[in-house]
Amino acid sequence: MKKTAENEKVHPLDAKLSMAHFYVAIIALALGGFAGLLQTLVRSGRMELPAGITYYQLLTVHGVLLALVLTTFFIIGFQLSAVSKTIGPLSTPSRITGWIGFWTMTLGTVMAAVMVLLNEASVLYTFYAPLQAHPIFYGGLTLVIVGSWISGGALIAAYRKWKKNNRGQASPLLSFMAVVNTLLWIVATIGVAATVLFQILPWSLGWVDSINVLASRTLFWYFGHPLVYFWLLPAYMCWYVVIPKVICGKIFSDSLARMSFILFLLFSIPVGLHHQLLEPGIDPIWKFLQVILTFLVVVPSLMTAFSLFGSFEQYGRSQGAQGIFGWFKMLPWGDARFTVPFIGMAAFIPAGAGGLVNASNQLNQVVHNTIWVTGHFHLTLATSVILTFFGISYWLVPHLTGRTLTKKLNKLAIIQGVFWAIGMSFMSGAMHIAGLLGAPRRSSYSTYGDSTQALDWIPYQIAQAVGGTILFIGIILYIIIFIQVAFFAPKGNEEFPVGEVTDKAEKTPLIFENWKLWLGITAALILFAYTIPFIDILQNAPPGSKGFKLW
Amino acid sequence: MHMHKFEKVWLIFGTVALLVFLTVLGVSAFYLGNQPPSCLVTIDPEKVEVTAPFNAPGLYEVTGKDWDYELVFVASAFSYSPAKVEIPKGSTVKVIATSKDVIHGFEIAGTNVNMMLEPGFVSEYTTRFNNEGENLIICNEYCGVGHHMMSSRIEVVSK
Ligand code: HEM
Ligand SMILES: [Cu+2]
Ligand SMILES: [Cu+2]
Repeated sequence: MKKTAENEKVHPLDAKLSMAHFYVAIIALALGGFAGLLQTLVRSGRMELPAGITYYQLLTVHGVLLALVLTTFFIIGFQLSAVSKTIGPLSTPSRITGWIGFWTMTLGTVMAAVMVLLNEASVLYTFYAPLQAHPIFYGGLTLVIVGSWISGGALIAAYRKWKKNNRGQASPLLSFMAVVNTLLWIVATIGVAATVLFQILPWSLGWVDSINVLASRTLFWYFGHPLVYFWLLPAYMCWYVVIPKVICGKIFSDSLARMSFILFLLFSIPVGLHHQLLEPGIDPIWKFLQVILTFLVVVPSLMTAFSLFGSFEQYGRSQGAQGIFGWFKMLPWGDARFTVPFIGMAAFIPAGAGGLVNASNQLNQVVHNTIWVTGHFHLTLATSVILTFFGISYWLVPHLTGRTLTKKLNKLAIIQGVFWAIGMSFMSGAMHIAGLLGAPRRSSYSTYGDSTQALDWIPYQIAQAVGGTILFIGIILYIIIFIQVAFFAPKGNEEFPVGEVTDKAEKTPLIFENWKLWLGITAALILFAYTIPFIDILQNAPPGSKGFKLW
Repeated sequence: MHMHKFEKVWLIFGTVALLVFLTVLGVSAFYLGNQPPSCLVTIDPEKVEVTAPFNAPGLYEVTGKDWDYELVFVASAFSYSPAKVEIPKGSTVKVIATSKDVIHGFEIAGTNVNMMLEPGFVSEYTTRFNNEGENLIICNEYCGVGHHMMSSRIEVVSK
């Protein structure tokens, strides 16, 4: 395989652009994490919020800042630097576009945040109609999405320019993956943009009186499921490409990595109805069809698990490991760049199993909207994905700022990962159990009139508060490390690890970059899964709903 | 494209397991009738109070149907009507519910009875009450500042 023009360092001007994204992300983490801590304390029944702040205002802050702001800013910052590193510095117009995207997103975030703080938008990060927030809140969220499209445009433009100058060659793997994730994001956000622009904004501005609630939810969940893959794929970029280099091994197979990304693009979108299994107004045949499509992501997930452990084993054996699991001990456990994302990978095993439960047509009824679900995505998103992002930032931030992760900081980073693992075991474990007992999610402390059932949930809520406190210490440690590598650590050259493929590997087929083909199939699958149920929803719609402000 | 032999085995195993799994779900849903609540009936959300059966929420004995009782619930911020019902042990009950305002949940805690109530739609689910004692009904979809206060009770009593 021809080695592509790889740059030693991300261009300083691109580094600045990425870092701007990371600064916003870390502010979101600090404030959102603090809200999370307070939530667990309130739910334990041992604390009340001061100054007229409500639990639901706090939960809106937590969800918006962590699930929407932290993730989107971190991912765009990471993907821009990955492209700059593997296909070369952005052109000046692309970089300017990137900055326009950044400022648009930041402005949108501030608008939404101000409305939440003024208690004009305690609608949680999913903002289901007919709860109606202030129009500026929806306007802010729109700007976040539009900004992300602008940045995505900059990234795709850089990729297209590279393709033009390197005809007939496969693009570098990391850039290919960033492009897939950007396309996935653009296709997915069309749904949420449609409901916000055409339904919610006109209705919240009073231009129309009523809203079609089910259509709005369906458009939201058309976006909501691929959203989780938009979070996950950058973690997979690290697992597939960065980790092999960190452990001094090789990428198991370039082609299989690309294939699994394409499969995620195809199967992550036409499945949103699995979030609506318990809703009236949708024919169960279509729900079941989307359940089947949901489960197809099992295939690329198994491929991913295989390649990761394949490259770990290959490396261990090359170091002389013996026996079936001898290679496991050879892994560089003292290196935070490996260990922290590895904890994330390990969390993905119970997380994936829980996901199978959630998506199972009938079992969903046992756990839907219970705190089990919250326990589930604190494993997937708040552990697998977030710990991998932390692991990335431990080398990426110093790489971009021209500093190094010192031995001491490395050690602190591992401690940080361990705190997270322990705290999350308590919090997420207790959430899973309480959920099976029936405890609801998104609910402030309540004994429901001293119901015996509700009283049984309280010990688990106390366990959640213990876990939440340990997790919050984990966040403080992370912030300390971030500030060190961003501003104070010794100057030096921290490596941007990009794995290479084993020498034996075959040439990567170009079919993976036939975007017309893949986007065509994506569109066909979406039309297949959604056209009829959506037409049904529109044709059989009941009279619409007016807005309610019930907080 | 080359695949490692073990990877082929792994993926074939995974795919077969997946097919078996989906077949089980499918048979359960379409042959045994274990479908998630998916009622297609609509209603004007502003006129719930004057639309039967929601004009008179409560428990009604029925005859000639697959269930013994119909239990009609109206949800609104932040309560259910009725706030408490008694059901004879061992009876099969069809719960029929809707919302007057925003989206609410309807969960009988610790059971499989769990569905969304959306303005404009009727939600239904049929279940059997075999165990004596109190069952807590809670709202499990955020509906506003009093969401965690929203509950009702089903008392299962011996006949
Ligand atoms: C200190 C660490 C954290 C603590 C203590 C914590 C705690 C909590 C609690 C108690 C809830 C809500 C419970 C309820 O439904 O009433 C919650 C919800 C949530 N958390 Fe966290 N969390 C933490 C970190 C994170 C992180 C890092 C993320 C994502 C990157 C995250 C994403 C979410 C999301 C998306 C929700 C759902 C919000 C909603 O239902 O509207 N959390 N968290
Ligand atoms: Cu989903
Ligand atoms: Cu509620």
